[in-house]
Amino acid sequence: MNKYLSFFKIRLTNGLQYRGAAWAGVATQFVWGGMTLLMFRAFYQNGENSLPMTFPELSSYIWLQQGFLALYMAWYFDNDIFNSITSGNIAYELCRPIDLYAMWFVKNMAVRLSRAILRCFPILIVAVFLPKPFNISLPCTPVAGLMFIISLILGFLVLVAFSMLIYISVFYTLSSLGIRILTTSVVEFLGGAIIPLPFFPQKLQTLVMLLPFASMQNTPFQIYNGYIASSEILKSVLFQIIWLGILLKLGKLLMQQALKKVVVQGG
Amino acid sequence: MNLYWKYASIILRSQMQYKVSFIMSAVGQFLVSFTTFLGVYFMFSRFNSVKGFTFSEVLLCFAVILTSFSLAECFVRGFDAFSGIISNGEFDRIMVRPRNEILQVLASRIEFSRIGRLLQALVMFAYAIPASRVDWTFDKILTLIFMLAGGIIVFSGLFIIYASLCFFTIEGLEFMNIFTDGGREFGRYPFSVYGEGVLKFLTFVIPLALFQYYPFIYLIGKSDNTCYMFLPLVGMLFIIPCLIFWRIGVRHYQSTGS
Repeated sequence: MNKYLSFFKIRLTNGLQYRGAAWAGVATQFVWGGMTLLMFRAFYQNGENSLPMTFPELSSYIWLQQGFLALYMAWYFDNDIFNSITSGNIAYELCRPIDLYAMWFVKNMAVRLSRAILRCFPILIVAVFLPKPFNISLPCTPVAGLMFIISLILGFLVLVAFSMLIYISVFYTLSSLGIRILTTSVVEFLGGAIIPLPFFPQKLQTLVMLLPFASMQNTPFQIYNGYIASSEILKSVLFQIIWLGILLKLGKLLMQQALKKVVVQGG
Repeated sequence: MNLYWKYASIILRSQMQYKVSFIMSAVGQFLVSFTTFLGVYFMFSRFNSVKGFTFSEVLLCFAVILTSFSLAECFVRGFDAFSGIISNGEFDRIMVRPRNEILQVLASRIEFSRIGRLLQALVMFAYAIPASRVDWTFDKILTLIFMLAGGIIVFSGLFIIYASLCFFTIEGLEFMNIFTDGGREFGRYPFSVYGEGVLKFLTFVIPLALFQYYPFIYLIGKSDNTCYMFLPLVGMLFIIPCLIFWRIGVRHYQSTGS
């Protein structure tokens, strides 16, 4: 366990060095979040009654999304991992007395976490002081706040476990190009990054909620803003745990299969 | 210009050597903008209009932005890889050749796989042009052409600024994405949707609204002001400060020495 922890630490401290890039990222995400909210406000000004989310709920959702973007961004992949498979360097990794799945997992976690740590605080702190209704409100109950943190971590793990499947698929296809763009757009869309899931048509929504993507950013953010009622919180967190279990199991299984017949690319 | 087409045909042929990868990226590009389209569609299936604009009108606007962005990106993409060209010293090689350096940077990379995004834009045009109930007289068609041309030029200008900044710093350039990718993402709705302040900024500072919002409301008949038709041409002037900035950058350039 210790060796994975030190991998994690190395990557984390490495990632924390890029502070200049982080400030630019904070500014970009801030404008992005603001523009998104302005767009939604224009729609809300129609004064229709059947709104899927209230505007303060939406504000909290959007700011959390921008603040924790690095945790849930679907387009980030570690190119070193892809290269090690296609170039054959994977052979060295296989010689080491480590579990490849666990190592890739912690590496991915560390990179995302380091970016999120640098970016989330400035964004969220400023977002608290924005004029109503554009600000992020506090979690509706202390319990919701606590469950938000648990769910945030679980959702993060679900996403990383899912992206592991993409890395593993390259053992079979040797090219990451198509599958990366494909999964990125599917995960973004069905995960609620483009528009929040409650804005989906009803029937589609019921289906999408069952997929693992809804257990990524959707669950924690909707717990925070109170969209998921307190009686439903436990159920949705349980759902996250189930998906995490399935994805982890599947990933390990596929990895074993792949390593059994891995062809080390020469060179 | 001849030289540029020669470069272009070489790059096209080399990209065609990897057909599967080319098709995959094109399909991917299509999908990425398709999910954005679905987002717009879902919003409109819940709300009938936004600030008085209907679904087919917004699609027309979206298609204009997407077409001009993808064309600009396809041909001016060389500037996107520019930080790499500077850091590996390739720019020294470019400087010693007796040809315009802008042309050479442009021709260093042309992304034909952007065709996927363009395809998406064409599909939207095919739907929105009849559905928006615009009376397609000569001046309306001309307005549309002006909008597209203006869009290509303004986005190209933004890509040039992006690259020129690399002469001074390589940190924090992510911020420029607000105007390039952000322009594309948020330009799917007419810019007035975002309120007065944003519209003013995009009119006078970064002239994205000059080829999008103003000619657009003329196009769909929300305004009779014929001046609006020619505003994209005014927006094209934006390229001048961009090129000046590039010149300053080139003069400021110090080789990395590698």
